[in-house]
Amino acid sequence: MKELFSWLLEYGPFSVFALAAVGGAVAVVLTQNVVRMAFWLIISLGAVAGLFFSLNADFVGSAQLLIYVGGTLVLLIFGVMLTASGPFAVKSNSGQLVPAAIAGALLLAVIVYTAYQVSWEDQSSFDPRGAVIHGHNSPQDGNTTRPLGQSFLGARPDKDLGRKDGGLTPGYLLPFEIISVHLLVVLVGAAYLARTKKRKA
Amino acid sequence: MQTVSLNVYLLVAGALFVCGIVCMASKRNAIGVLMGVELVLNGANLNFVAFARYTKLGLDGQVMSLFVIVLAAAEAAIALAIALNFYNNHLTIDVDRANELQG
Repeated sequence: MKELFSWLLEYGPFSVFALAAVGGAVAVVLTQNVVRMAFWLIISLGAVAGLFFSLNADFVGSAQLLIYVGGTLVLLIFGVMLTASGPFAVKSNSGQLVPAAIAGALLLAVIVYTAYQVSWEDQSSFDPRGAVIHGHNSPQDGNTTRPLGQSFLGARPDKDLGRKDGGLTPGYLLPFEIISVHLLVVLVGAAYLARTKKRKA
Repeated sequence: MQTVSLNVYLLVAGALFVCGIVCMASKRNAIGVLMGVELVLNGANLNFVAFARYTKLGLDGQVMSLFVIVLAAAEAAIALAIALNFYNNHLTIDVDRANELQG
């Protein structure tokens, strides 16, 4: 009974989120109406956020919900509304659908075959006896907000605590700064590109 | 304790990636192409977080996925500005008509 409960707790949310993510993605490909595509994309990205939560990545899941579902998709929907001319559907060439499906299925087969060929157990952070390998205080228990913030500031207690040689692991302070400047540049560039120009006669 | 294996997450991520690729290749609406890009980035992100959970990659994978999320937002803003500019000039959003783009 307890076994069954733990199995359900592990596989139930996962299968719901995985089905919603993949089903939403397939629906995005198959739908012709842009507004419905945006709706299916919301389903798919929200389900991916659920998968992040079930992988114990609480902060990344929340960021996915806030930035992707709350920000990027609203931007896309505004794009749909601002570029709507008459009917929302720009029909894809239906003759292309079958070759596209075949090519996609082949690509998926290659990816899945490759992923299943590799024995990921060699890379596992789990000790065979079930203990976490020493010196690697991994984010397996969730609660990742504080370690993530520290790593963005350049400190890595998740890797450095309990390290035998006393060395230091580099953090992500410089990439963080680069991303910040990048966002500023993108803001200026988007405002410049999207402004309405006076047409010369 | 039973756990979902890493390979299943890789399968889901691969499906998202392939859907994004097909979406990018087959849609004629520029916004649809952008949605395909979002799907591809999400497949990659799911891989990063799954490897962070199941391998020695640890927190680094989650940091990378945060970078990907932020860069995807930036990319969507710029690409949308370009699409709006294209629509203002050509009065259509069909990418097949975008064979001359000198403003």
